[in-house]
Amino acid sequence: MIEIRFHGRGGQGAVTASEFLARAAFLEGNDVQSFPMYGVERRGAPVTAFTRIDSKAVRNKAQIHEPDIVIVMDMALLDAVDVTAGLKPDGKVILNTDKAPDDIDLGVDNPMYTVDASSIAVEHRLGSKVAPIVNTAILGAIVRATGVVDIDTLVDVVRNNAPAKKEENAKATKQAYEEVRGEDIE
Amino acid sequence: MKTLSEEEVFRIVIDPKDHRDLPRAVITDCPSHLMTKTGSWRTLRPIVDLEECIKCGICWKFCPDVSIEVKEEGAVVDYDYCKGCGICAKECPVDAIDMKKEADYV
Amino acid sequence: MSEMKIVSGNFAAAYGAKLSRVEVVAAYPITPQTEVVEKIAELVAEGEMDSEYIKVESEHSAMAACIAASNAGARAYTASSAHGLALMHELLIWASGARLPVVMTNINRAMGPPWSVWADHHDTLAQKGTGQLQFFCESNQEVLDSVIMAYKICEDEDIMLPAMVVEDAFILSHTKEPVEIYDQELVDEFLPSYDPDYKLDVDQPLGFGSLGMPDWYMDFRYKIAEAFEKAPDKIMEVNKEFEEVFGRDPGGLIEEYKTDGVDVLIVTMGSISSTSKDVIDELREEGHNVGLARLRTFRPFPVEEFRKLTKGVNVVGVMDRSYTFGHGGDAAREIKDALYGHRDVILKDYIVGLGGRDLTPKILKNVMLDAISLQDKGLDKEIEWVDLKINQERWRR
Repeated sequence: MIEIRFHGRGGQGAVTASEFLARAAFLEGNDVQSFPMYGVERRGAPVTAFTRIDSKAVRNKAQIHEPDIVIVMDMALLDAVDVTAGLKPDGKVILNTDKAPDDIDLGVDNPMYTVDASSIAVEHRLGSKVAPIVNTAILGAIVRATGVVDIDTLVDVVRNNAPAKKEENAKATKQAYEEVRGEDIE
Repeated sequence: MKTLSEEEVFRIVIDPKDHRDLPRAVITDCPSHLMTKTGSWRTLRPIVDLEECIKCGICWKFCPDVSIEVKEEGAVVDYDYCKGCGICAKECPVDAIDMKKEADYV
Repeated sequence: MSEMKIVSGNFAAAYGAKLSRVEVVAAYPITPQTEVVEKIAELVAEGEMDSEYIKVESEHSAMAACIAASNAGARAYTASSAHGLALMHELLIWASGARLPVVMTNINRAMGPPWSVWADHHDTLAQKGTGQLQFFCESNQEVLDSVIMAYKICEDEDIMLPAMVVEDAFILSHTKEPVEIYDQELVDEFLPSYDPDYKLDVDQPLGFGSLGMPDWYMDFRYKIAEAFEKAPDKIMEVNKEFEEVFGRDPGGLIEEYKTDGVDVLIVTMGSISSTSKDVIDELREEGHNVGLARLRTFRPFPVEEFRKLTKGVNVVGVMDRSYTFGHGGDAAREIKDALYGHRDVILKDYIVGLGGRDLTPKILKNVMLDAISLQDKGLDKEIEWVDLKINQERWRR
């Protein structure tokens, strides 16, 4: 079973990202779960969302305390949120930033992957310059970094389920898939 | 106002002996007023002077019990159900209704 | 064609109502139920659901409207949670006394104060004496299935009682998982339209809910007791039929998970049952003879089934996700009641997960290991509060 945690801000699409990933995994024959951090939400506040994927039935309905993959959609969250809390020793972290993986220091040894999802989103006019919607882009990076689902399945899910700008969202996913940097990516 | 006969009333249950004879809940035959003629509660009875009555219908509007009706001849009281509250007599604009002792009419 | 969708428990409830062709929906929003009625409102507005949607000013009014609708011969539905459900209390009893098959979904949420929106069974169990049938769901699929089944059970002339299908706040209500949304035609085959013996009808006027003098009140109540006696068999009958039509077992009265010949029986309700199954597997692999009884139907309480299930069992460890301000939790009490005079077991009541306290596989495993240990050491205490701040270390190691 793979447990994934997304860190975003209200309005950035963290919850939708967790759902799209679940959907893609489901289409590939897995059992899935996706849920937001339970509680009261408002725009701008930190949002945490989760996805569980397993090839057999997912029966665990407790919260995710030790994720295998952590995604940081907004670097400004690092002050307010301990994004690596509970991260498994070999767990991977994917961050939305223009910095290189080697320049990221979260105080852990885990492999880092970075992609400038904000720029990709702006390029494809997803959201505004000030508040780009980075979720579809970051999903592409996650897939490249972890192989948790097939990129084609994910792109289809994005295209079929994006409420607007379906092609632009799909392109953002593909572009991030190409551009993400990390230790085991050429 | 139509008053159904005993035969016309849709009866749910007749003389239940125990719970087996009861409907699933308290569902009563209707119109239930057939079984309780509230006219027997009266101590005062409204008497309408048909010559004074101008058939304005105010008594009918105010009667809380649907027990007075304006007909061809004037306001007619349904003594099976009238409880003798006296509101019609009070409201009649031409004082055509008097409240009299029920005992005198029994 | 049936469709697989990845939906939350709230949406599953809404689809359950839609597939059941409910005719009247009256509801008031409350976290975390709101999406149930928002979804229904959307389906009605888009013409996908042919229901009368009544926006009411409170949960009390919601149930009042459903009672009236049901009395008029319409299939009625509502949903609520916690304080909203508590506000309906008077009318939950009314619906039962009036023998009306209103089905509702309750999202299990803690009662305040302290103010909480998180999972807890107190709200539902505080209403256990209202004459409602109560079904506790473990998955979103079960939520959908149970709404449809509840109408079939409740509208049966032997039953004619209201029901609540309950799901844990956020853990099911806001968590998306794959759910099969059945084909409407298939559901129509299983669930015919609601056609009561007597109803509000201007062409055949009747009186409903009037005075019951002391010489008849008790006999009316006895009829309800009879319906409750018949209910377990009726539930199993409908359960079997559901399985035949839809190809899945919606859970029946008690789901028996690896309970054959066990020494230790763990009892759970709601979503913790799901997590517990992983733990049971782990413990069995480690050589413990333990199994899980998921109590799916709380009202009527499956007395006979529990007596059968506990034959040969030494320890029963009951996990209660509620504290209704009495001596321990409700499930444990009801089980003790069922077993009194029938079975001599060690029974321990574990109060767990109140107010949404997370129940990780580790904590659940420690609870089960504790129950297992009672075989040798005997009952140490009747009631154990698990994972309080004061004893957290013990339950989380």
